[in-house]
Amino acid sequence: MSTPRKTAEDDGSIAYAPVIDWDKFKPSRSSLAARKRKDGLMHALIILAFIVALIPLISVLWTTLVKGAQRFNWDFLSHNMTNVIGGQQTASGGYGGILHAIIGTLEITLGAMVISIPIGLLCAVYLVEYSGDGKLAKTIRLLVDVMSGIPSIVAGLFAFSVFTIIGGPGTANGFEGSVALSLLMIPTVVKTSEEMLKIVPNDLREASLALGVTKQRTITKVVLRTSLPGIVSGVILAIARVIGETAPLLLTAGYIVSTNMNLFSGQMTTLPVYVYQEYSKFRAYCPEDAGASCVAAIPMQRAWSAALMLIVIVLILNLIGRIVAKIFSVETKR
Amino acid sequence: MSSLTKPVSGKRFDTVFRGIVYACGILILVVLAAVTVFLFVRAWPAIGGNHEDVADTIGKFTGGKITSFWGYVGPLLFGTVLVAAIALVVAFFVSMGIALFISHYAPKKLATVLNYIVDLLAAIPSVIYGLWGGLVLVPAIYPFWNWVAQYLGWIPIFAGPAANPARTVASVSVVLAIMILPIITSISRDIFQQTPRLLQEAALGLGATKWEMIKLAVIPFGKSGVISASMLGLGRALGETMAVLMILSPGLTYSVQLLKASQNQTIAANIAAQYPEANGLGVSVLIATGLVLFVLTFLVNLLARKITQKASVK
Repeated sequence: MSTPRKTAEDDGSIAYAPVIDWDKFKPSRSSLAARKRKDGLMHALIILAFIVALIPLISVLWTTLVKGAQRFNWDFLSHNMTNVIGGQQTASGGYGGILHAIIGTLEITLGAMVISIPIGLLCAVYLVEYSGDGKLAKTIRLLVDVMSGIPSIVAGLFAFSVFTIIGGPGTANGFEGSVALSLLMIPTVVKTSEEMLKIVPNDLREASLALGVTKQRTITKVVLRTSLPGIVSGVILAIARVIGETAPLLLTAGYIVSTNMNLFSGQMTTLPVYVYQEYSKFRAYCPEDAGASCVAAIPMQRAWSAALMLIVIVLILNLIGRIVAKIFSVETKR
Repeated sequence: MSSLTKPVSGKRFDTVFRGIVYACGILILVVLAAVTVFLFVRAWPAIGGNHEDVADTIGKFTGGKITSFWGYVGPLLFGTVLVAAIALVVAFFVSMGIALFISHYAPKKLATVLNYIVDLLAAIPSVIYGLWGGLVLVPAIYPFWNWVAQYLGWIPIFAGPAANPARTVASVSVVLAIMILPIITSISRDIFQQTPRLLQEAALGLGATKWEMIKLAVIPFGKSGVISASMLGLGRALGETMAVLMILSPGLTYSVQLLKASQNQTIAANIAAQYPEANGLGVSVLIATGLVLFVLTFLVNLLARKITQKASVK
């Protein structure tokens, strides 16, 4: 920039105004083009990143659908793995199934729900309604966040340790799996419920308290009732998260071929563990004289079909959760 | 008169309810403490017990190559961190791209669909990623690794020949990257969307291109959020079991040759793999390694949350 030169004749008139060389500030053609090029390049890269991420998703869903559909039929859904010998056909004309695994998954997840929903919900109530943002509440919030990052296998080891210390070595039952899963589920329930309780308008609380209603009744009859749809949707998403957990159940609930209806005694198979066990079998044994009805690759086919079932369950749960949340969000806008 | 001044009912239950709610709040602290204590109690025989028995048990796990506990945990810890770190590096750039695409490039309708897709990726169970990785990705990705080994083999980590089947750290990292992608993407996207409009418009008004605007306004604003999202993703990758268990061919070395099989193993996958055949003391050894993993992920998550808290205070 050129500064005005003060000379003896400077009388402040416009003739001595600073002369600015505007051309200096003009972006040169080359720098403009470079910036444009960079802009275009980043745009392309960002879109590329998005496409790259789509490939595995489509591949996972597509292969599971195609390979899973191969053995996905009523016989597969309505039988367990008893009387399944190698790759040979069973008496019912099928190749074994996942009935026991579906029952196990439902029972163990139900157990986890029974433990974690009350605890998680009440913890959220504490954080929002009672704590007043004290030091304890801050610590709990931090620890809930940290707890949501616990590796699932550590949760499994914890449940295993508790049950073997209390019940003696070799204890394995469905409930043990429920405890492990609830450890993973509680933080999710706490966080989503907390968010939902926070958005309940304070006017409602104050109106209720001003009418002389006790705090407990205000919470159960006003606050919780108002936020119910949001909490339900959060809980469903939490269930969808734990229903696919494998590692903790591998350590706790075990694996058997027959149907076990009792959550509190005996090993229980779940769908994810079933997928893993079939995957690790790799090939089934077929004697040479078995003929065409004996399928050596049947374990992998069963694994894919069970995976398909698992994906279907998880997606349906997600869909329900989202629909419930959507109905709720319409209500708040009114 | 007294019936008017006294609450009609519910006072006592109010107190009880208050007690229950407080108990549930404190229960979180108790549970986390219990996790540590129970793991420690079960792991104690491996840490402070008879050294000869422990050496014997670990010798059985490793085929006699390693006999001390720390000598056993070391390579496992190294493998865990290596796999997770590579997964994070791969996932980081892709998820930044997706997050920016959703928050700043995509039309609104497409962005909503993309949000669903990201959530969908997060919802797929890890065992299915493992199945897909083991049966679809491993055969499909071998030619690529082979190409990498041929042309980039002069870089030590890509030293060939590439293992076939590609049950290697490189393949596992790719699968883990896909698995932690949604968590990093969704948190960064939320942060990017919160960038003040004024800052963005000021940047654009001064003549910045879209990318310059993102570089000048969006990324500085979202930096701490992105870092904490990455830490959370790292925590997830450190603890992932099934995908590693189903894909990786395990080994216990400090090697960084990503394209070779049987080099590394992670703590989580090692526990799941050895657990069925372990005896009492063997289980203690495995739980002790689990405790190490717990402490590691705890610290990573704690750090991530601290960063977020600091950022939100500003």
